[in-house]
Amino acid sequence: MTAKDWTQNNPLYLDYQATTPTDPRVVEAMAPYWNEKFGNPHSRNHHFGWEAEDGVEIARAQVADIIGASPKEVIFTSGATESNNLAIKGVAKFYGDQRNHIITCVTEHKCVLESCRALQQDGFDVTYLHVQENGLIDLDVLKAAMTEKTLLVSIMAVNNEIGVIQPLKEIGEICRANKTFFHTDAAQAVGKIPLDVDEMKIDMMSISGHKIYGPMGIGAMYIRRKPRVRLVPLIHGGGQERNMRSGTLPTPLVVGLGKACELAQKEMAAEAERLHGYSQKMYEGLKERIPEIFLNGDEESRIPGNLNISFAYVEGEGLMMGIKDLAVSSGSACTSASLEPSYVLRALGVEEELAHTSLRLGLGRFTTEDDIDYAIERISKEVNRLRELSPLWDMAQAGIDIKSIKWAEH
Amino acid sequence: MSYSKELIDHYENPRNVGSMEDSDSTVGSGLVGAPACGDVMKLQIKVSAEGIIEDAKFKTFGCGSAIASSSLVTEWVKGKTIEEAGEIKNTDIAEELALPPVKIHCSILAEDAIKAAIQDYKGKVADADKKQDAAE
Ligand SMILES: Cc1ncc(COP(=O)(O)O)c(C=O)c1O
Repeated sequence: MTAKDWTQNNPLYLDYQATTPTDPRVVEAMAPYWNEKFGNPHSRNHHFGWEAEDGVEIARAQVADIIGASPKEVIFTSGATESNNLAIKGVAKFYGDQRNHIITCVTEHKCVLESCRALQQDGFDVTYLHVQENGLIDLDVLKAAMTEKTLLVSIMAVNNEIGVIQPLKEIGEICRANKTFFHTDAAQAVGKIPLDVDEMKIDMMSISGHKIYGPMGIGAMYIRRKPRVRLVPLIHGGGQERNMRSGTLPTPLVVGLGKACELAQKEMAAEAERLHGYSQKMYEGLKERIPEIFLNGDEESRIPGNLNISFAYVEGEGLMMGIKDLAVSSGSACTSASLEPSYVLRALGVEEELAHTSLRLGLGRFTTEDDIDYAIERISKEVNRLRELSPLWDMAQAGIDIKSIKWAEH
Repeated sequence: MSYSKELIDHYENPRNVGSMEDSDSTVGSGLVGAPACGDVMKLQIKVSAEGIIEDAKFKTFGCGSAIASSSLVTEWVKGKTIEEAGEIKNTDIAEELALPPVKIHCSILAEDAIKAAIQDYKGKVADADKKQDAAE
């Protein structure tokens, strides 16, 4: 194995769903906009303003292009969190006196769930759809939840923890038939899977820069013009971004997001194929070396760069401590005193004890085949070591059903 | 979050990993915690006729702090009388391993595990005495 010597202070990055490194080509594209072309893109009176504006408008077209939209339908925000807030609250505030029902789903990112909660405080009705065991919503359940009062359906394109892809086109059709707006949080989807707002009948979409090898602190929102979607802004001010989002645009970040979209669009197909091969290899390699591991989320409808795996009988945080030379994320958010396992895994019906044993492995643009080999060796060695320490593994080997024991929950 | 040298050492080189025969009347076993909460400790002690803990073994499902806490207490209880072992406090464990505040529950669990093992041992002794009384 020719893998590098990864260490705790220089670990192998396998957490591409948390964030991605900014692509060097993106950094390069941004460079002149810090101190050469530093103008305010909204200054209409001189060259500095015009060249910054040109940079912004090229970026707007690049963002629009990757989702099959027109540049006029794209506005820039600070990230997917802001886009999600704006889409959900903005539309609710504009149309709330006509329709007051919103449908979303329990595995959404917190910023969607919390935006919906905030609207409930304001008197909106919100339906939180459950998901099936594979993490996907059931379209019949969605249909059944729709009423003539349903203003908005907000369902994420790709889940950040388990990587599953929701049936966007089908959801779009159901929404359009009911004259309901369809918003999708595509933070984890752009550049990973082909997206087309017309084909998928998407009315609003949230995009994040730092999940697609662009910079942090920048995002975008697609908002349909025909049929037109209107909203009340969250941020009032100088009326930039067609009055929907005031504030001076950060030109370097905007340019970076545009470049990231351009690169993603060009390289998506090849990258997806490569990562698909890698994740298959990783999953097969782990299964071969470790009995009783379970993939969370649908096996087919998922992005190629995500594996969320439960390593039964070995607690996730304990496991992460043993593989500190790998930067991964644990499914049990047990860093807080609450000891609650991931709400996403729980929503799939993954038992709490199994949810505590889960790791999210995120592969991406700079992952190599050597990295995969290295990770397989390290994870399997550590899981097998910790199983030797695990009383639960002992019991399983002795044929004792863990559920038959009366545990004192603490 | 950075962990202490002591904690990492116990996690990487856990002491006294293993199991003893539960059917042995000189062995006391404690099983505490719950899989759904993310930690389970099994701690066993072997007690001499004089009431001294001659050996201790553990197995733990949990985070690094839970593994280290249980490993540490197996070291501490060896050579102690069961009364002395019963006086080990979670605060001593937390201090020795420099556990961060969110991990204090691991030391509490380790204290519970010792107490449970001692109680199990005492129960066995009482049962044996009763049987002997009945036989006489
Ligand atoms: C699905 C999803 N939505 C929204 C966000 C938030 O994005 P941002 O960091 O751009 O605000 C994230 C990233 O954490 C995400 O994964």
